[in-house]
Amino acid sequence: MAGGFAAEKPALVRFDGVVKRFGALTAVDRVSLDIAQGEFFALLGPSGCGKTTLLRMLAGFETPSEGRILLDGEDISQVPPHKRPVNMMFQSYALFPHLNVEGNIGFGLRQEKIGKDEIAARVEEMLGLVRLKGYGKRRIDQLSGGQRQRVALARALIKHPRVLLLDEPLAALDKKLRAETQFELMELQKKLGTTFVIVTHDQEEAMIVADRIAVMDHGKLAQVAAPEEIYERPSSRWVADFIGEVTLIEGTLSQPDMLASALGPLRVDKGAAKVGDKVWLALRPEKVRLGAQRDVDGTFNALAGTVYEIGYRGDMSIYKVRMADRSLMKVALANSGGPPPFAADDVVWLSWPPAAGVVLTR
Amino acid sequence: MSGPATRPWPARLVVLIPYAWLALLFLAPFVIVVKISLSQTALAQPPYLPVFDLSAGWEGLRDFVAQLSFDAYALLGSDWLYILSYLKSLEVAAISTLILLLIGYPMAYGIARSPRGLQPLLVMLVVLPFWTSFLIRVYAWVNILQRDGLLNTVLMKLSIVDQPAAWLASDTAIYIGVVYSYLPFMVLPLYATLEKMDQSLLEAAADLGCPRWKAFWQVTVPLSLPGIAAGALLCFIPICGEFVIPDLLGGSETLMIGQTLWTEFFANRDWPVASAIAVSLLALLLVPIVFYERLQQRAIEGGRSA
Repeated sequence: MAGGFAAEKPALVRFDGVVKRFGALTAVDRVSLDIAQGEFFALLGPSGCGKTTLLRMLAGFETPSEGRILLDGEDISQVPPHKRPVNMMFQSYALFPHLNVEGNIGFGLRQEKIGKDEIAARVEEMLGLVRLKGYGKRRIDQLSGGQRQRVALARALIKHPRVLLLDEPLAALDKKLRAETQFELMELQKKLGTTFVIVTHDQEEAMIVADRIAVMDHGKLAQVAAPEEIYERPSSRWVADFIGEVTLIEGTLSQPDMLASALGPLRVDKGAAKVGDKVWLALRPEKVRLGAQRDVDGTFNALAGTVYEIGYRGDMSIYKVRMADRSLMKVALANSGGPPPFAADDVVWLSWPPAAGVVLTR
Repeated sequence: MSGPATRPWPARLVVLIPYAWLALLFLAPFVIVVKISLSQTALAQPPYLPVFDLSAGWEGLRDFVAQLSFDAYALLGSDWLYILSYLKSLEVAAISTLILLLIGYPMAYGIARSPRGLQPLLVMLVVLPFWTSFLIRVYAWVNILQRDGLLNTVLMKLSIVDQPAAWLASDTAIYIGVVYSYLPFMVLPLYATLEKMDQSLLEAAADLGCPRWKAFWQVTVPLSLPGIAAGALLCFIPICGEFVIPDLLGGSETLMIGQTLWTEFFANRDWPVASAIAVSLLALLLVPIVFYERLQQRAIEGGRSA
C-alpha cells in the first residue's frame, strides 16, 4: 500500500501493528506505517478517527496497548516524552504564559547542559527563521494568533528534532493566513530537511503540504499514498467521498468494460474488479463535461438530465443534475467569464470518457 | 454629556449601596476607634476622655481637639510588651503560613489532579469542618492536646512516649490549632489556580525535554503564584490578629497581639491603648493587603490583554 517514497529510503518512523485502547474504545486499530526521513507526512481523517492518538503515541504522551513504534530502528514505545528526539507543535500552541517569546523558544535548550550564550544565539537564529526578529522580549499575550503560531513552531524546531509533529497547527488561523502559512511550512520543511508529521482534518491542507497522506477512519488506515493517487485512485468509496467532491454510481460489472447501473450501461475501466462484482463508479465533478447537446465522441458515456441546483464558488460552480433515476450527479464548471451557460431546470447532457471514473469494489 | 453622568439615578443608587455599607459598618466604627485611641483613660463611663459633646458647640469642638493626644501610641512604641506582642504575631503568622503552604499545596495539587468527577467531593471534604463552629473545633483541640487527652493516650498506647507530654499551653499547640483552622483558606485558592492550569503546558514541557519534577518547578509553580499569594495572604492576615486559638491553646509567656488587645480592653479597661493596638495592627497589615491588591490588579490587566 505504501507509496514510492517510503520504498526508496529506509523508514525513519515505523508503526508496527500499533493498537491503542481507551477502556472499551479502540482509538487506533492495528496500524502499520512507515514514514521516511525527510518526508512531509499527513495523517488525515474526520475527528475521532485516531489520527491525534497516533501522533500522541509518537510524541510519547500515550503508550501503545499493542505493537511497537520504531524510530531509526529502535523501539521507543516505552521511552518517556522528554527523552524522545521528537518535538511537537500543539494545536493550542501550549505556549508558557509566564515566559516571554525568548523564554518559550529557548525552553527546550535550557533543559540541556547548554551555555547561556549558545542558547541566546540559537534563539536569535530561530526568531529569524520564523520572521519574528525583535519580538524576543514580548509577552505571549501581546502577540497575534499568527505570531503565536510561529513562536510555537520555533520552540518545537530549536532542538533540531528527528521528527517534527504538528497537531492541527493551522486550525486557529483565518483562511487567508492559513493558506500563506501552508506554503511557509513547506518551504521550511524543504530548507531544514526535517521529517514533518502533520495531523489535520482539512483534506485540502493535507493535499497541499504533504508528500504522502495516510487517510484514517475509525482507527484504521483507509489508504496511504501520495495526494494525487488518493484523489485520482481512491481505494474505497469512503476515501473517495472524504477527499473532495464525488458522484458514486452503484452497479454490477456486466462485461470487462461495462457497468450495468440504474442509469443504463456505462463504459468503464474495471481496474481490479471482476465481472459480476457489485461495484461503484466514482466520478469527480471536474472530469464530467456538461453540454446542451449530446457529445459527438461515441466512446464517451453520455446521459441526459435536468439542472437541479447550482452552487457558485467563485472560481467554479458545482452543478447538481437530476438524472433519469432521480439520483443527483455533480458536475464542476470553471467560471471563465460571461453569463452562466445553464440555469435551473435546463436539460443538459453529461459526458465523460471511460477512464475518467474509478471502479471501486468497497 | 456621556459616560457615568448620563446614567439614570437608580443605577447610580445601586453603585452607592456598597459604599454606604462600607461607610456605615467599616469607616464609622473605625473613626470611633481612631478617636478613642487618641483619648486618655479615665475612671468614667465611657472610660476615656475627652467625650465629644455636641451641645457645647464650636467652643466644645476646639476643646475636644485640644485634648486629643498620641500618648497611647507613644506607649506602644516605648513598651517592649507591645513590640514583642506584634513580633510574636508576625512570627506565628509567618511560620504558620509557611507550614500551611507546605501542607496545602500538595493537597490542592492532589485534588486538581484527581478524576474530574471526584473533585467536587474532595473540595467539599476540605470545606466540611466549617459546618461545625470554629470555637467548638478549637475546644476539641484543647481536649485532644491536654495532659490526659487523646494525643497522649494514643502515643502512650503505642509506646512512643512513656509519660504524657505537655502539648497544651505551648507554641506547638498554637501552630497545630492555626494550621488546622486555616487549611481550607490555603487549599481553596491554590486549587482554583491549579485546576485552571492547561495540561497541555505540562505536555509541552515534557516534549521539550523537561522531566516531570522539573516541569513542576519550571511551569506549575510559576503559574500557580497568584494562588500561592492569595492563599498566603488569606491566611497570614487573619492569623496576625488571631485571638481565640492562642488564648485557648497557647501558653502565657509571650502573648499574640490579639491577646494583648483583649487584656488591655477587658482586664485593664484601657480603651485608648487597646484602640491604638487595633489601629497599629491595621496599619501593619495594610502592607500585605495593598501588595495583594496590586497583584490582583496585574492579574486582571494580564487577563484583559490576553
